[in-house]
Amino acid sequence: MNPNKTATKTSESKNAKKLESARVEMKGVSKSYGEDWDAEEVIKNISVDFPAGELTVIVGPSGCGKSTLVNLLAGFEKPDTGQVTIDGEIVTGPAKDRMVVFQETALIPWQTTLENVTFGPKMRGDKQGASLNKEAEELLIKVGLGEFMHKYPIQLSGGMQRRAELARALINEPTVMIMDEPFRGLDAMSRSLMQEFFLQLFEENQKTNIFVTSEIDEAIFLADNLVILSNKPTTVQTVIKIDLPRPRNYKMLTSAKAFKYRKQAMELLHGEAMKSFAVSK
Amino acid sequence: MGQVSAAREQSHNKPEGIELFLLRLKKKVCSVDPYLTFAGIGLWLFVYWVLCEGLEIWRFNKLPGPVAISKDWFSTTPFQGISIFTETYYDHIRVSCQRILIAFGLATGLGVPLGLFMGWSRPIRDYIFPIIETLRPIPILAWVPLSILLLPGFEGPVIFLATLASFFVTTLNAMLGVDSIDEEYFRAAGCLGSSRWDVFRHVVVPGALPFIFTGLQISIGVAWFSLVAAEMVSGDLGLGYLIVDAYMNNVTVPMVIAMITLGFIGYFSSACVRALGNKLMAWHVKELAQQGR
Repeated sequence: MNPNKTATKTSESKNAKKLESARVEMKGVSKSYGEDWDAEEVIKNISVDFPAGELTVIVGPSGCGKSTLVNLLAGFEKPDTGQVTIDGEIVTGPAKDRMVVFQETALIPWQTTLENVTFGPKMRGDKQGASLNKEAEELLIKVGLGEFMHKYPIQLSGGMQRRAELARALINEPTVMIMDEPFRGLDAMSRSLMQEFFLQLFEENQKTNIFVTSEIDEAIFLADNLVILSNKPTTVQTVIKIDLPRPRNYKMLTSAKAFKYRKQAMELLHGEAMKSFAVSK
Repeated sequence: MGQVSAAREQSHNKPEGIELFLLRLKKKVCSVDPYLTFAGIGLWLFVYWVLCEGLEIWRFNKLPGPVAISKDWFSTTPFQGISIFTETYYDHIRVSCQRILIAFGLATGLGVPLGLFMGWSRPIRDYIFPIIETLRPIPILAWVPLSILLLPGFEGPVIFLATLASFFVTTLNAMLGVDSIDEEYFRAAGCLGSSRWDVFRHVVVPGALPFIFTGLQISIGVAWFSLVAAEMVSGDLGLGYLIVDAYMNNVTVPMVIAMITLGFIGYFSSACVRALGNKLMAWHVKELAQQGR
């Protein structure tokens, strides 16, 4: 199954003490769905590098295998060929070092916000009792949900739910954050507020972040690296280094540089979108 | 301005206990709902009275009307033998309720875990689901001879039939409840490091509760239904037996009294199940309230 096992073992021992953030790599990853005789290839031979402590945004036309990519990175699914590694260690399943923030909210509806946040550490038994609750409360206050910790997710607004979800991920001290279109479905106002909030968090923590979106402006605003995907079967078209200063603000989106990135990304994505449009016709 | 802030202050120290109860009662009394209910009941009784006693329409004139029934029901010396002052009336109620409690308890105790496991684990479902689906469509009355042959006495068959009927409903609903849980919650729990058993306790069980309680409300109704059917065929006491016994002896008033009593107790029992469900699922109640229900 893993021909590179010996190679990865050595690099694993080199990184025996986990860094605050980790480097994620996909090497020759492919994934198909369906029975052998009727398989649809969703991801085709993708190799990408997600540098440690950087925010890499994946954009692609809608309907390409973005969520599949997330599932592979998170370890919910296994690649048919190739491998996903974190600091050289092969991903075999979901783990607390990689936290996923899901497309629509995945806060557990029968737990209060606080219970949701403390769920992970409690389940694993690494933190407990009053000190865990205190930590969770502090985190919730930090994301602006101090007054809402005893409410159920349904009682929070869309933006609050996303922030609660960020808190639920952050309390596990992950080395990698995987965000699967986390702000989809929010209204324009909350969306831009959430983007700013998320950037602020990132610029504070500098964890490895993998952020999936279908919005180019959002992508350029957030990214250090922009990975542009093709249509199904999904491959990587280009990786653009976004060289805008940090901390970022919205004004930077109107700069000539940002405009150049935007144009470049648009052209690539537009071409792909046209293809899928033609196919669906 | 002062009033607004005073009102806000009041809403901060929320009423509790008796105060809350009184506030709710006041709100209820001031709204139109209870009056509609009374009007509805009144209309029913009126039509019933017109058919049986007012105009004595053909075939309805054989039935006891509301006046005749209430005369007997609340009389210390009932003409046809059953009233709220006779001991046998309560014997019948007590026996039926006992049987329901046992049957519903058994069906819930067996059905809920079985359904949850069937929803949770593919192999368990593959083993059991086809059998359940084959047995389920067999009408409960078709089990009557078999249960009499199988089990001794009066109690055994009656409880068996009531249990069987509600067991199928409960099991199926618990299973569908697990199916209804969004895959994302399993993923989120997995991502956060839950073991399989944790997922069962913290995702499967609470996530299936809304379906389970819908199932239990149906199942307690089904239990009453099959209990009465069983008591009518094989029994010595109980409300179902009372109905058949009264019919055989050509006394129609106890028959109708037993029917109405069954209606009230059935209503009360599913209200209890609903209340318990709402107590256990505060999150679900809030969710429904959010949707304006």
